[in-house]
Amino acid sequence: MNKLNGKRNILKEAGNNRMAAIGGAIVILLVLIAILASLLSPHDPFEQKLENRLLNPCFEYPFGTDDLGRCIFSRLIFGTRYSLAIGVTVVGITALVGTTLGIVSGYSRGIIDEILMRIVDIVLAFPGIILALVIAGILGPSFLNVVIALSLTHWPAYTRLVRGITLSLREKEFIEGAKALRASNIYIMRRHILPNCINPIIVLATLDIAHAIIFATGLSFLGLGIQPPTPEWGSMLKAGIPYFRISPHLTFFPGTAIMVTVMAFNFLGDGLRDMIDPKINEIILVSE
Amino acid sequence: MSLLKIQNLKVYFTARGKTVKANNGIDLEIRENEILGLIGETGCGKSILGRAIVGLLSDNVEIGGEIVYKSENILDLSENELRKIRGKDIGIILQNPSAALNPVLSVGNQISEIYRYHENMGKKEARIRTAEMLEMVGIDPKRMHEYPHQFSGGMKQRVMIAMGLALNPGLLIADEPTKGLDPTTKDKIVDLICELVINRNMSLLLITHDLGVAEKMCDRVAVMYAGEIIEIATIENILSNPQHPYTQDLLNSRPKKGLNPTAGESPSLSSPPAGCKFHPRCRCVIGECPKTHPQMIETEKGTSVRCFLYRDN
Amino acid sequence: MLKYILKRIFLVFFVVIGVTIVTFSTMHFAPGDPAEIIAVARYGDDLTQEQIDWVRVTEGFDSPVYIQYLKWIEHVSRLDLGRSLVTSHDIFEEITIRLPATFKLAVSSLVISLCIAIPAGIISAVRKNTIIDHLCMSAALLGVSIPNFWLGLMLIWLFALTLHLFPSYGYGGCEHLVLPAITLGTSMAAVTTRLTRSSMLDVLNQEYIVTAKAKGLDEKTILLRHALKNAMLPVITFAGLQLGFLLGGAVIVETIFAWPGIGKLLVDSIYARDFAMVQGCVLFIAVLFAFTNLIVDITYAFLDPRIRYE
Repeated sequence: MNKLNGKRNILKEAGNNRMAAIGGAIVILLVLIAILASLLSPHDPFEQKLENRLLNPCFEYPFGTDDLGRCIFSRLIFGTRYSLAIGVTVVGITALVGTTLGIVSGYSRGIIDEILMRIVDIVLAFPGIILALVIAGILGPSFLNVVIALSLTHWPAYTRLVRGITLSLREKEFIEGAKALRASNIYIMRRHILPNCINPIIVLATLDIAHAIIFATGLSFLGLGIQPPTPEWGSMLKAGIPYFRISPHLTFFPGTAIMVTVMAFNFLGDGLRDMIDPKINEIILVSE
Repeated sequence: MSLLKIQNLKVYFTARGKTVKANNGIDLEIRENEILGLIGETGCGKSILGRAIVGLLSDNVEIGGEIVYKSENILDLSENELRKIRGKDIGIILQNPSAALNPVLSVGNQISEIYRYHENMGKKEARIRTAEMLEMVGIDPKRMHEYPHQFSGGMKQRVMIAMGLALNPGLLIADEPTKGLDPTTKDKIVDLICELVINRNMSLLLITHDLGVAEKMCDRVAVMYAGEIIEIATIENILSNPQHPYTQDLLNSRPKKGLNPTAGESPSLSSPPAGCKFHPRCRCVIGECPKTHPQMIETEKGTSVRCFLYRDN
Repeated sequence: MLKYILKRIFLVFFVVIGVTIVTFSTMHFAPGDPAEIIAVARYGDDLTQEQIDWVRVTEGFDSPVYIQYLKWIEHVSRLDLGRSLVTSHDIFEEITIRLPATFKLAVSSLVISLCIAIPAGIISAVRKNTIIDHLCMSAALLGVSIPNFWLGLMLIWLFALTLHLFPSYGYGGCEHLVLPAITLGTSMAAVTTRLTRSSMLDVLNQEYIVTAKAKGLDEKTILLRHALKNAMLPVITFAGLQLGFLLGGAVIVETIFAWPGIGKLLVDSIYARDFAMVQGCVLFIAVLFAFTNLIVDITYAFLDPRIRYE
């Protein structure tokens, strides 16, 4: 039971796992692209040159231009920022909230646990993107609203995962020992339970970034997320549909960007999971 | 008459770059109509030996040596030929019946499939034979439609016995058949196995760490330590005149002798100590023990021991 | 088992109550004065304050929230979901008209994905770490990573616009169903393949598989009789959640392929800010999902003797 002492540094081990290493390398690359977007992009992503509209990929415009003559390549580079930002923000918020609720739920048990778990059931009763869709639809399209919609719907996975771990740890000797030493509940949760949840949470969070990016681009694709002219991948896809027949590159490249990003996070998450404990696979699957 | 003869059996696993020598040069003979006990601590390789005999080890093992059953080397057989031997010639009762019974198939189904598969019996006939088997191991045949989780631990063990004996094999291997049972149930299971094995003129290889059980059941006993046999003798000799210091320790560790466990921990099978594998824990170490690996020495008729103390006899 | 089933039913009942509260709140939190929105739908843009107030009183918007909720629940329990704010059509009727299309799409996706995923998962597990396993697992990883809206567009581009094999959108015969069903089924097939493989691997490592071998059974019997039934139990549990994936995914797939199902109705209603219709659709989908899960749980109980004979 390596997990129990909480001393494994999975990020170090990740370098030795081929899947995790490939995924991690792409993720780092994407982060660099997002940071250095203005240096890397050959053109201004907002600059319209109507005389250059709907150009096929060429030397000047590696991925061609869109209906307003903007450089798709540059727009994709800038789009990295939005997808990563949404993914990381949503996962940051949901992991924090979900974990806290999970520890509290599993540790306190009783009525608080019961109430929290029923709330989780109710949120999970709305399948997939539907609740996020409606929330985004009501709040109106914007970056912030996408984050809110996805955060409101994504936290239960963490709560379930962390609650499960907390319940199993609760009876362990070292918790009993800490209690006997009159450690406060907060102290026990923070120093004894939380460290044991970290590795599974990292796995879930990594896979969840992939999930959040798909959902966020999906919302934009439906016109309920980030709006044009922002160079966000989902809305670029949507904007390309009218020109689908003559210029499929308008939709091809943004979709590929989404897929590569999502795949990188899935690779990383799968690799990390295989390293930690293949068993948590099921928990994660079921709680999504 | 020898029924099964194992010669220089080596079973090596490779995991994470380390080679685990689970069985390292086992020589063992099981005679007809005898109950042979295989005794040792957890992790000494005794269950591996039991499984190796019927070819039940996973694909990542290296096996060397010979296991001769009725003049055929089992290790040379193809998977198809092995399949015909399993259950029919050699039955095995795996340890922990709770895990060894399939939770989603009824108990009756799990027995009758043996008849249906090996003897091509029809459903009805197989069911009749299953009922007979259940009756024989002391289970009401009406319960054949029930599932393993509805049975108690002792009852599950009876089902395992029925499965192992279904086709009347010449040799039965029972791996820790009494583990985890309460004392009364344990006695009943011991009696049941003895009775059935003796009535059917079978041989039994009893794998156990429980000397009390071995005492009740066995004709001869082989003591295993760190992948090797270190002493073989009749049960009477083992009890009255144990030779290997480890065997002596084992006897002294029994509750009625005052629970004196052997000091130290059992060695890892991936990097066992040089020389005699028991020497780090042995009370009677002499100069050669840490350096040279001792061979089996016959000290009297029917008793062999792997220890330098008996070299001069 | 009765206890198990009753417990499930109780939980579903609880979830459904929760779902009605959440959906009711969406309408309530929706921007704009509901009375005004209804009045606009009823009398046109030229409104007087009296007309709005009249609507407010007759529709009960002036009473406290919980009274409004209870009234609404009473209507909902009679399958009266109200009327569309835009078209004034009966919402429940509108949904039931759309239901067969969504059902057709969901079932064909389910069938396609299970037919691919279960054999692929089993083969990958049995031939672990061989080329075929790596191929299946790579395909599955690709499948979970590909956004369905993009996959749909690419399929249209390839099979409809370039190869002219299938129509690019619309509702009709089997040929219309192929592309949407593949689009919707892909990610589910991928997830199911992975689940089947890991479940099968888990089962193949169990001691009862060794017992089956020790009896001298052949590989086929061991796989089909001893391993498969156990391995399928988690996959079946997951089937209920899969319906969730399908209903959720249907929203996007129906929009791309102009497939007249509930998903498209929901998205169109959001565009039209027809929150009464949105409310109805969401409620319907969530309740449908909850009951499917209940059915799956009960089926599971019948398949797993450990629960059946409790």
